[in-house]
Amino acid sequence: MAIAATSIRSSAIDKKPKRATQAAREARIFYLCVAPWVIGFILFQLGPMLASFVLSFTRWDILSPPVFVDIRNYTFMFTRDADFWQSLRVTVTYSLFSIPLQLMVALGLAVLLNEATRGIGLFRTLFYLPSVVASAAAAVLWTWIFNPEFGPINGLLGLFGVQGPAWLIDPKYALWALIIMSVWGVGGTMLIFLAGLKGIPGNLYEAAEIDGADRVARFFRITLPMLSPTIFFNFVMTLIGSFQTFDSAYIIGTRASGSIGAPAKSTLFYMLHVYDQAIAQTKMGYASALGVVLFVIILVLTLLVLRSSSLWVYNEAERK
Amino acid sequence: MAQLTSPVTPPRTQEWWKTRQFGQTVHDIIVYTLLVLLSLVFIFPFFWMVTTALKLDYEIFLWPPRWLPNPPHWENFGLALTDPQLPFFPTFFLNTMKIVTLVVIGRLVSCVVVAYGFARLEAPGKDVLFAILLATLMIPGTLLLFPKYILFNSIGWVNTILPLTVPSFFGEAFAIFLMRQFFASIPRDLEEAARMDGCNTFQVITRIIVPLSVPVLTVIAIFSFKDNWNDFFGPLLYLSDRTQYTLAVGLAFFNGRYDVAMNLLMAASVAVMLPLVILFFIAQRAFVEGISVTGLGGR
Repeated sequence: MAIAATSIRSSAIDKKPKRATQAAREARIFYLCVAPWVIGFILFQLGPMLASFVLSFTRWDILSPPVFVDIRNYTFMFTRDADFWQSLRVTVTYSLFSIPLQLMVALGLAVLLNEATRGIGLFRTLFYLPSVVASAAAAVLWTWIFNPEFGPINGLLGLFGVQGPAWLIDPKYALWALIIMSVWGVGGTMLIFLAGLKGIPGNLYEAAEIDGADRVARFFRITLPMLSPTIFFNFVMTLIGSFQTFDSAYIIGTRASGSIGAPAKSTLFYMLHVYDQAIAQTKMGYASALGVVLFVIILVLTLLVLRSSSLWVYNEAERK
Repeated sequence: MAQLTSPVTPPRTQEWWKTRQFGQTVHDIIVYTLLVLLSLVFIFPFFWMVTTALKLDYEIFLWPPRWLPNPPHWENFGLALTDPQLPFFPTFFLNTMKIVTLVVIGRLVSCVVVAYGFARLEAPGKDVLFAILLATLMIPGTLLLFPKYILFNSIGWVNTILPLTVPSFFGEAFAIFLMRQFFASIPRDLEEAARMDGCNTFQVITRIIVPLSVPVLTVIAIFSFKDNWNDFFGPLLYLSDRTQYTLAVGLAFFNGRYDVAMNLLMAASVAVMLPLVILFFIAQRAFVEGISVTGLGGR
């Protein structure tokens, strides 16, 4: 970061005119280089965010000009929109179960892979492959896997004499099917854990072993604390992703049965509700208000996790 | 901490089942048994998809399920891609390729330039800009979709592929961040020598930086390819004309329609996934290693 010092030196203060013009030239090229991103940021991120905020106070069907409605979108949302509360309930339930499940499975797989001496490449590929193709095609596939009559899951349960539930058709089980499906795509999270595990200095384990710590003690006293920054990163990323679940719910619940959040709104995720309001009902103002609320929810949750991080994330010498 | 500091009992005459070597063997057996079982669980959906794709209609509905089709009906793939109930698949494929190619090119070109600026050049306000860049990584992407929809609608871009491709020419925060980290590790000497020889910034980027950054560029190209191949929400939002659908949207469109045979739908799903699987196997090293190389692992 030695170069950083030169950046502070502005051309006006600089005594030597030659260096000043050179610094100014460099600055000009810098601005030219980053211009695409700055323009893109303003056009596609900052602008839309501000627009979204302003539009959330309007009623707008795209065809006629927006009408200012004060905070009525928000009061309607909190007091009378039952679907808003249902979608929140679905999203929170899904997150409560799928986030810990995803993190634990990803961490478990990474620890197992880290213990293996041979064939890591093969197993790593096998575990990662599902998340490469986690997409519309995967969702189509899972519709079939959860088929109550001819799907393999109930086929397997049948082998043990268990009558499997109707999964995606039964409102009691549809969300669980989606939670199970989410575990299939943990490959990316697993890879990040694996990279984190590889970064733990081996001498820590050697020292612990000499001191007589068994595998379990080593895991809880070395691996977990040393891995906590990685756990933190994955936790935040999974949290943000989980609250924005859309594709699988849309394809499996909605697309397959024709009504949003089917069966019986048991898979009405928050983003599905937003999509429904915006596209099917063309209530752009209300959809924007829903978007703003989701943004605030994610922001607050992320900040809470950040705040809590000092309690459980081990920070080596406060490296910045 | 009591466990950690307790003194070691010196190894005396140990029984064979307490030796280190035996412990390691037991450990390996447990690890590999678990790995094999779990990888079977992870691979099972693929197995089921492929076997369903190779079954005849009646075999699909056998109870208990028939695990392996006998004989496999490879012709299902041909049928699926030309099936009147699953139309336009060649069109969907071309649409997807068009979008993905444009996005990959746009992202590589724009991100290289922006990342070079952040990695090598100095200017007032650079640190603030970089902080904003990192902060945008935290913005949930889907929240911007509707305001963006409104924006693109107002300039008449809805129902074209422009909203899906043009933004990629304006850089992407994650790719810029990865590239910047990589560029910063390239020795400055080469660059300075090139400048002595009269190269301008553009020439430095194309002749020095890009050839030395092939690994990170590969990773970003594959990530972009994968993300856009799988992207469902974007095309669903912007493309309403069926002839413009991408594979992801087109396939979802046929899911659950009563008139589509399940084996053909699965064959189509395999066909949609296959390019990604092949690409992943070809570029596996760069793909997986790249994630650790670029410092995403936190260390």
